[in-house]
Parts: sequence; structure tokens; C-alpha cells
Amino acid sequence: MAGFASTPRLAIQTSDIVDSPRRHSALVRFTHWIFTLSFFGLAVSGFAIILAHPHFYWGETGGIGTPSLFDLPLPTMLGGPSGWGRSLHFQSAWIAVLAGALYFVSGVLTQHFRSQLLPRSTDLSWRSLRASIIDHLRFRRPAEEDSYNILQRLSYLTVVFLVFPLIIVTGFAMSPAITSVIPEFVTIFGGHQTARTLHFFLGDFLLVFLLIHIAMVILAGFSSRMRAMITGRAGSRKEPA
Amino acid sequence: MSDPVSRRKLITGGLAIGAGAAGLTVAARLASRYGLIPPDSGGIWGLGETLTYATQRVLMSRHSLAREFNHSEISKVVPVSGEPPQTEPFERLLAGGFRDWRLKVDGMVARPSTFSLDELKRFPSSSQITHQACEEGWSFIAEWTGVQLSTVLNFVGVSPQAQFVVVYPFDESWDSLDLADAFHPQTFLAYGLNGQELPTRHGAPLRLRVARQLGYKSVKYLSRITVTDSLKNIGKGLGSAAPEAGYSWFAGI
Repeated sequence: MAGFASTPRLAIQTSDIVDSPRRHSALVRFTHWIFTLSFFGLAVSGFAIILAHPHFYWGETGGIGTPSLFDLPLPTMLGGPSGWGRSLHFQSAWIAVLAGALYFVSGVLTQHFRSQLLPRSTDLSWRSLRASIIDHLRFRRPAEEDSYNILQRLSYLTVVFLVFPLIIVTGFAMSPAITSVIPEFVTIFGGHQTARTLHFFLGDFLLVFLLIHIAMVILAGFSSRMRAMITGRAGSRKEPA
Repeated sequence: MSDPVSRRKLITGGLAIGAGAAGLTVAARLASRYGLIPPDSGGIWGLGETLTYATQRVLMSRHSLAREFNHSEISKVVPVSGEPPQTEPFERLLAGGFRDWRLKVDGMVARPSTFSLDELKRFPSSSQITHQACEEGWSFIAEWTGVQLSTVLNFVGVSPQAQFVVVYPFDESWDSLDLADAFHPQTFLAYGLNGQELPTRHGAPLRLRVARQLGYKSVKYLSRITVTDSLKNIGKGLGSAAPEAGYSWFAGI
């Protein structure tokens, strides 16, 4: 912690919060909350879009009268067409993608990805991986570390560098205008309806990720983690009198 | 008392906000001049609509072609939504096998014209096998036969000042295309589907087919085409009936 002792530039002008390390940069916090808002919009509108046609197919085409891959137990066209759902989905997607791009560029430039997300070589042994998994399974509260543990690093890396790009590309795959320029966006998945089904599963994956993320935040100490993501610092230790 | 760091931050922040605002103003001016603002850019969804439309028009080729398929890939089931217009003129024309039906083309054109179905069929016809997705989520592949809209537009002679092509059907679902899509080689006036006459529920006698946009842009039951330089005074000024019902004007998504 001593290494993170506040420099004048980072000083917080309150007397009772001292010396706690800065957990999150301003940019990470800003993009985190912008993304939170847009993710909420994407989830709500994604569900509204599904309500219009809760049937999923594999391949290029599919519709009423053709065999489906699976159907959600919901009536077709419940709530009518999803015009507003699509508008909210796109508006939220734009905000999410712009915030994501800002996060990505700064993550590369500030070496945030390399130092905070790329697993440390010492962590990549089976022994330390197993130890971390056992710690998590036992709900053992992590020590107040100043950086992410190995499971956090691996899951954030998966979401940022695999799931986000895939959910964006499967979204593009459903655009007749975008695929006219880059047909590979849809052909690599094997068709429009396959891309739609994968987009649905990727969205579900992110919802599960969100639930686990929130559960972990609560287990690790909700108020200190929230404070860290809002003010940048977890600490609230009283300054010794 | 004064903290030099926060003052510097204040000044930098102020300058950044000012530069951002100026940049946005310039961007909006440029976007407007180059036709990158969709007619439904107002309202709460305007940000998303404008970003989607402007980005696609700036970054993408105006002549990129939607994917085409083989005969073997044509869907066995061709889903259809909506009912034919319940209006007296349409039902009378339908009963007469559309012999008295005419397509009127007017507005900012050199030679306002009307065309019978036979006259439209005398233009060079072409076919395309393309994928059409409904905004609800379902989709199918079908072969459409007709005349390229550009052929008809070139025949009537579009004014250099024109910006949009408005299509009116026999029902309320009027719509419009920018010139990039109106003159696109895959934008058709279709009178045939899968080798047969266009079935009534699919938009007989003539429908639009816009391969690079969602299905609802492919307006059915056409009766009139108007070329214009502005959509402001048509309907509610949103470019089509779709935004009035909560859909985007630009359905390239």
C-alpha cells in the first residue's frame, strides 16, 4: 500500500480518507458506469425484441411455419412489434460501444490491460489457479489486494476480448447493410439466424456474468467496492488522531 | 487558498468542453450538408438513429451488394405479414386483375409519367435471390423479379436537386429512400416472386424491394412514386410512416 501513497495530484481533500490505494482510474470508473447504464438499456430492449418473436433458428432463415431450434415459453408478438425496443437497443449499443472504445484505447495506452488484466506469470501455475478456485468456492473473503486475482483477470479478459467482440459481430451479422459490405460477418457463423441465436446466448452469458459480478462485489464488501468504483478509492480508515 | 492543480484542471476541463461543443457543432453542420442526418433525427432516439445512418453512409460503399443466393437456398415457406389494403380503389383493381392499375411517377422529374404493369414489364427485367429479414426476427430467402428502380428513375429523369424518392402504397405505409438506396442496383420494383406473379399478400401488383434494409422498407401495393428534395412537409416530416409507429426511417440497421 505504501507504494500507492497518494501523490499530490491524486490527493483527496477530505481528512478522513487517507492513504488507501487508488483502485480504479477515473476513466475506468467513468466508462464502467456509462457501460452499466447502456447494458441495462441493451438487456431491457433485447428482451423487448425477443418478445416479438421468441423463436430461435439455426442457419440462414427461419420463421413461423419452419422448424425452430428452440422456442421460449412466450407467446409470439406479446406486446406487439418491438419498434421502441430496437431503437433503445441501438442507442444503448452506440453508447456502450463508444464507452468500450474509450476503455479499450486507454487500456492499451495506459497499459491497464497488461498490468491489471493479463495474468501474472506466477499466477498461471495450476497450483495458484487451484488455490484461487478453492478460495472462491469457500467464499473466502479475499485479502485487501491492490490488484485483481487470477480468476478475476481471466474472466474480465474473456468478457472484454472474446464475448464483447463476438456479441458486436453477431449483431453486425444481422444488419443487411453492414453484411453487404462485409459478408464475412454473417458467413463465418453460417447464417443470419445462427448469428441471431448466438447473439441471444452471448447476451445470456453477459447477464450471468453480471449476476456473478454483483454477487462477488457483495461478498467482497459491497460498500467498499462501490466506493472504489465511484470515488476510485476503497478506503475509509479514520486518520489516527 | 487557491489550489493550482484544481485551477489548471478547471481550465483544461473548460477548454475541453468548449472544444467538444465546437467540434460537435461543426460535425452536425457537415453531417447536415452531406445528407447524413436522417429525417427522424429528432426525439429521444435521434442520437442512435443519426449515428447509425451517418456511420453507414460515411464508412460504407453506396454500391455494396447484399448477399445473393442460389436457387437451392430459396426458402420453402415464404412468410408474410399484414393484410392487403381494405380500400375500395385497391379492391376494385384487385378484382380487375390490376389491368386498370397504374404507377404514377411525379415530383422533381423531367417527364412525369404513369406506367401500366405491362409497360413496367417491358423495361429490362432482372431477378435477385436475396435474404429478407423482418424487424421482428424471422427471415427468408426468395427470388424477386422486377425492374430496377434506377431504370424507371432514369427514364423519367430525376432533377439534380432531388434528395429523396417517396413511395406511396394503397395503404398508409408510405416510405422514402435516399438516392443512395433508390439508385442501388438491388433496389427493385418487383412484380414477381419465386418465378410467379407477385401474390396479393406479398404486395401485388408491384412492391418495392430494398435488399440492404429490413423487410418493412420493402413497401407493398405501390401506387405512386414522388421525387423530392425535402421530406419536411410529407406526413409528420419524419421521412416515412414507420417512425410514426415507432420504427426507424433507416432500416439498414
